[in-house]
Amino acid sequence: MTVPVFEPWNDPEAKPLIQFQNVTKRFGVFTAIDDLSLDIYEREFFALLGPSGCGKTTMMRMLAGFETPTEGKIYLSSQDIAPVPPNKRLVNMMFQSYALFPHLSVWENIAFGLKRENRPKHDIAERVDEMLRLTRLEKFARRKPHQISGGQRQRVALARSLAKAPKLLLLDEPLGALDKKLRQDTQFELMDIQEKTGTTFVIVTHDQEEAMTVASRVAVMDNGKLVQVATPDRIYENPNSLYVADFIGDVNIIDGTASPSGQDQYSLAWKDGLAPLNVSSTQSFSEGQSCHLAIRPEKVTISAEEPTGADNAVPGRVLDIAYLGNISTYHVELPSGAVIKAQTANTRRIARRAFTWEDPVWLSWTATAGVLLAD
Amino acid sequence: MRRVVLIAIPYLWLLALFLVPFAIVLKIALSDAAIARPPYIPQFDWASGIWAFLAQLDFENFVWLTEDDLYWKAYLSSLKIAAVSTAFTLLLGYPMAYGLARAPEEWRPTLIMLVILPFWTSFLIRVYAWMGILSNEGLLNQFLMTLGLIDSPFVILNTNTAVYIGIVYTYLPFMILPIYAALERLDGALIEAAEDLGCSRLQAFWLVTIPLSRAGIIAGCFLVFIPTLGEFVIPSLLGGSDTLMIGKVLWEEFFSNRDWPVASAVAVVLLLILIVPIVLFQRNQQKQQEAEQ
Amino acid sequence: MTRLSWFNTVSLTLGFAFLYIPMIILVIYSFNESKLVTVWGGFSTKWYGELIHNEAFLKAAWVTLKVAAISSTIATVIGTMAAYVMVRGGRFLGRTLFSGMIYAPLVMPEVITGLSLLLLFIGIGLDRGVLTIVLAHTTFAMCYVSVVVSSRLVTFDRSLEEAALDLGCSQTDAFRLVTLPIIAPAVISGWLLAFTLSLDDLVLASFTAGPSATTLPIKIFSAVRLGVDPQINALSTIMIAIVTIGVITASLITKRQMVRQRQDEQNAERL
Repeated sequence: MTVPVFEPWNDPEAKPLIQFQNVTKRFGVFTAIDDLSLDIYEREFFALLGPSGCGKTTMMRMLAGFETPTEGKIYLSSQDIAPVPPNKRLVNMMFQSYALFPHLSVWENIAFGLKRENRPKHDIAERVDEMLRLTRLEKFARRKPHQISGGQRQRVALARSLAKAPKLLLLDEPLGALDKKLRQDTQFELMDIQEKTGTTFVIVTHDQEEAMTVASRVAVMDNGKLVQVATPDRIYENPNSLYVADFIGDVNIIDGTASPSGQDQYSLAWKDGLAPLNVSSTQSFSEGQSCHLAIRPEKVTISAEEPTGADNAVPGRVLDIAYLGNISTYHVELPSGAVIKAQTANTRRIARRAFTWEDPVWLSWTATAGVLLAD
Repeated sequence: MRRVVLIAIPYLWLLALFLVPFAIVLKIALSDAAIARPPYIPQFDWASGIWAFLAQLDFENFVWLTEDDLYWKAYLSSLKIAAVSTAFTLLLGYPMAYGLARAPEEWRPTLIMLVILPFWTSFLIRVYAWMGILSNEGLLNQFLMTLGLIDSPFVILNTNTAVYIGIVYTYLPFMILPIYAALERLDGALIEAAEDLGCSRLQAFWLVTIPLSRAGIIAGCFLVFIPTLGEFVIPSLLGGSDTLMIGKVLWEEFFSNRDWPVASAVAVVLLLILIVPIVLFQRNQQKQQEAEQ
Repeated sequence: MTRLSWFNTVSLTLGFAFLYIPMIILVIYSFNESKLVTVWGGFSTKWYGELIHNEAFLKAAWVTLKVAAISSTIATVIGTMAAYVMVRGGRFLGRTLFSGMIYAPLVMPEVITGLSLLLLFIGIGLDRGVLTIVLAHTTFAMCYVSVVVSSRLVTFDRSLEEAALDLGCSQTDAFRLVTLPIIAPAVISGWLLAFTLSLDDLVLASFTAGPSATTLPIKIFSAVRLGVDPQINALSTIMIAIVTIGVITASLITKRQMVRQRQDEQNAERL
């Protein structure tokens, strides 16, 4: 038995839940969103990732109804949502500050949206209790927001925005206020709740690790445009631009000029006097085109002796060592003066470190280890 | 629609009960006194039209203000009294604000409450309290004579001295609070840094504390100076017949002489004089707000 | 710094002595048997007895309370609206004029405000009485209320209102259910300020009161103009006592709330 893979974005039949069609949003002369089109599917956990000011929060506020697009249309279940005010949308939002009502108890906060629908009392009570169970807050129902911890407040905010069973839940930096340890636990809890409720989640974050952990797809944004929309592993392993490669994770960038050397094979001239590098790429480059090789530090092997049979090998000298516990990052200076980072996993405890400062070493990597990117 | 109503109600209220009345004052200031009801001409009359009406307005009352030396002396004396009492309030208020800001943290709310408490009690009563103290047979004179410091009582009540005391007393909280707010924010490490860099305590106070509390000092001075300029209750209860303050002159012009056009002209000129400190005050507040952001 | 230096101790002691000794003397002499306010003639409460039977004062006190209650309530409603317009209203025609009119009465000498309102009431033929005092006090006090409330609204987290809209509230419901309860302390202190200002006001009331309605400050003023009067001391003592009790209670309540809030927060983090 095979579990069907969840990837509606590859299914031409699938109907998107949300469609941005050539949406532009301007504030005065400032363009926050620039002619952007995007489809988000039902049950997706979709992350909008980018530095502050890239427009990700504006996208979310347009979905919630607090901003209207200057141009273009946004559809929710094939319906233009521009004329629908925020209080009539089947969309709920979890605010970055949580925006818990300080004068109401946890229970009343969660019931707040339900009461607006004029539901019968016992229905509301039942639904609130269900939400309290889902977020493990039963014990705190009678407390006021200032009487609970930061992590509990975050869960109240989540419960409150999920209580009305929205078609779409927006999460604005939901874990930003939590410390690192709590954030990691909460990420899994969030994924768990998303799966249980089957709600479509759109999360806004500037934390790439968070986006990679929770999301089914990630949209990397810059200056009001989408740079790349793909699954986390594709974003990491196949960035489509220097911007994405650099924004996500740690990376070495080697500039050079490409020349084709076989089927999907290129040789990259990168420094005078050093052998050209062998790179495979499905994207085609013309003879003499300038380009960049992006290669992750963990894909670079460090060794004392010159490796045999490696596609690429360069000598260097250890400049710096960053010991991070689980891994160590070596900064190796090449004879040309360029510095390349290589990572090794510290799989053994109290092992003598193989290399130390000023040691001559060799770096090597395969032809498929890096991605060749055009300017 | 809802937004329009929300804006319209306070807007119309202020237009009708603040701006329109002031326009009336301006108009009457340009009219002439008359033995009539109401006691001024011209009365607006639809029959003769607006231009005929406007043609009868003139600046006679303002000319009169410059001719009779009572008025310009009253303006000058008000300015002097306001300035001198502001200076005294600052001299008394700054050390108090400084003491409050340096007081142990658990005492501060109580001490601040003690500063604010008089503000909630009636202004009139606080001025009245001094009448019993400052009169010739009052407690202050009794006290000084018992000590044998003086033989015959000091005449304080019904002089400018009593007015100064009254103003300093009633406006002291307005001086203390903004200076306290500025001093409380002051980081104690700055003083330590100044001393570490070779300042004596006095130099540190002069070179660090005073400049950093400047905005509070300016705000406090304006909060005392501006209302004092038009003060009426204090000069009429504590001052004497020779105490000239423009608020009192306006009151008498209106209630005793029933000369409405001159009273209006006095008001217009007082307002023109006030515009300068008010604009300066606003600018100080704005600068402070910007600095905080 | 845990201890006060002697300089600070001296300046605070002298300062508070200056602030409080006149009031303490006022209170002490309200219990003076002698008619002469400066000569101590033994303890007595007779001036309080006379005060209770002084019809004119009682009537004036009743008018004053009525005026203060009505004008501060209207001023709180309109002042809160004005504050909301100033902080959230966005742009509209004459916004500068509007905020100018809010701030101007705060710095305008009362004699001018009083004179201008009187001229207006005469101009439109409105008889002077309780109504005109209420109108005058409301105009004056709403500006104070709107300053107090708008300083609270400025720091109000807007996402709370957005959350209410997001959960299905209309604009009005969001204000009623979320904004108003949260800014309530500021609105209440605005009301208290308006009430005290109205109780305390002499100048505006003198201009706008007619023969049919006299307020307590007008009565006190005309009495003390003639000199010190032990009945006024008794009246002052009562007023000082009410204010003192009110202010102390209010500060105790806020202090207790702050302490409890701090404890709650500490407990919450320990869970």
